Amino acid sequence: MLRVELQKRRGEFALDVAFSAPTPGVTALLGRSGCGKSTLISLIAGLLLPDAGRVVVDDDVLYDGARHLSVDARHRRMGVVFQDARLFPHLAVRANLEYGARRLAAAVSKPIGFDDVVGLLGLGGLLERRPHQLSGGEKQRVALGRALRAQPRLMLLDEPLASLDLARREEVLPYLERLRDAFAIPIVYVSHQFDEVLRLATRVVLLDSGRVVADGDIATVSRDTRLREIVGPDSVGAVVAGHVEHIDAAGLAVVRVGDAELTVELDDAVVGQRIQIQVLARDVIVATELPRAISVRNRVAARVVSIAPDVGRSVLVELDIGRTSTLLARITARASQELELASDKQVWALIKAVSLRGHAFSVPTR
Amino acid sequence: MLSNVESEALWLSLSIAARSVLLNLPFAVLVAWLLTRTRFAGRTLFDAFVHLPLVLPPVVVGYLLLVLFGIRGPIGGWLHDRFGIQLAFTSAGAALATAVMSFPLVVRSIRISLENVDRGLEDAARTLGAGPVDRFFSITLPLIAPGILAGAVTAFAAGLGEFGAVITFASNIPGETRTLPLALYTALQTPDGDPVAARLAIISLSLGFAGLLVAEFLNRLMRRRLGR
Repeated sequence: MLRVELQKRRGEFALDVAFSAPTPGVTALLGRSGCGKSTLISLIAGLLLPDAGRVVVDDDVLYDGARHLSVDARHRRMGVVFQDARLFPHLAVRANLEYGARRLAAAVSKPIGFDDVVGLLGLGGLLERRPHQLSGGEKQRVALGRALRAQPRLMLLDEPLASLDLARREEVLPYLERLRDAFAIPIVYVSHQFDEVLRLATRVVLLDSGRVVADGDIATVSRDTRLREIVGPDSVGAVVAGHVEHIDAAGLAVVRVGDAELTVELDDAVVGQRIQIQVLARDVIVATELPRAISVRNRVAARVVSIAPDVGRSVLVELDIGRTSTLLARITARASQELELASDKQVWALIKAVSLRGHAFSVPTR
Repeated sequence: MLSNVESEALWLSLSIAARSVLLNLPFAVLVAWLLTRTRFAGRTLFDAFVHLPLVLPPVVVGYLLLVLFGIRGPIGGWLHDRFGIQLAFTSAGAALATAVMSFPLVVRSIRISLENVDRGLEDAARTLGAGPVDRFFSITLPLIAPGILAGAVTAFAAGLGEFGAVITFASNIPGETRTLPLALYTALQTPDGDPVAARLAIISLSLGFAGLLVAEFLNRLMRRRLGR
């Protein structure tokens, strides 16, 4: 568990944040560029000195402004992965990977072995290469391995995919998922891309102008209106989480979310697996009667919670689907009037299975 | 192929230049590091002082060395009484004079590569458990190696031709301090010395040319190693 409470002033910009990140799991720090994310990473890592606050990992106090205590960055054992990888250009991949490992005290136990890291991140064919002979995605994988081999108590990933194009991003993301699921290390993942966060994180800390504006599990934060300012109106939608109930005859995964079952297309789904699904508000149809003969796979009984004005002539309807799970639906104000939607009204939410993308989370093995 | 006088002058030149470079490097790295990485009072003054040999007439440098390092000078006297080391009028002194003259060149070269080192790499090393000295030797020094090498080669090449400071501080002693340029100068002062001077000039020319080629080769090798 990481607990952070930090203040730092740099010229006009003031950073004042408090959040925690559980072990294991990925906590995303989400915010637009310039909101202080990278500064925050430097402060947690000890590369930059805060003005005040506390940084605590498990029971170890690494920084305490009140007691003038600050553990040097080199003793904090935080696995930092930077946006630009920062591999040592004069060393081969193997030496890069072992740089931190060789500097660990003999007394430190080293559960994360060289072969584990090489296997997990698929680095076997790269060991004798030099950084300039690697692609952007390979560099980030080596940087992840280098951080892991230093036996970190915490991983700090500072937009590790930001410098990569879309194809490379897809190439690295599965490795990040494997990393998340393989080790019981808290991971702080800095990003400004909600789709990455959706795939990797279970907790989201929303940052704006150096402050935490929302903090909680991804389902809660996904319904926060302040997220809209960061992701844009087209990406507004509730994130719901559930477990794979069964795989239907057509090979689609049936995921239980709240009292509802959602049919989702999902590769390699395993029964019991935890799935995170973003249901975009613009993909949800609201009906007061259940239509017959319709292609829509998901017909979910729901109760209207609230109706709020949205962009243009539309409104955003929050729908309760049971057990604190809610969906967001964007419909025109006119449709809302014609259907006479109001709080507590019972409706049906219709969602095409093909518009849903599920992201699997394995249960950590260690 | 070479006469005794010529080969003697050639080897002396090479030896003095090489020794001057070895003397130079550790101090040059230190001074370059101080100038790029630290802020202290009088830094600008220190910077100017380091660069003085570039703008002073070499004879003045030689004279100042004589004042400081001569047998009766404050440093030279101490060295002589304490360790029996004499610098003035010896080849060691010639190496010292050559080192002082080329020092700003080496500092400049190392400083430029130090300024180009990505500090982010040092930060990364720090998060991986490397202390300041460790970071310098494992990251910074290998990254500035091309700059150190370039500085060393330039200093060596310039050192082969150092004249004013050497003749003032170490005099023109055959077999001790009579390097190629001093031998050439001596030949010109001698009646019928012109052919000797011409041969010495050709040797100097070939040496300089070879030096530049070697420098370029080493530079490419280094860059390839760093993947630039």
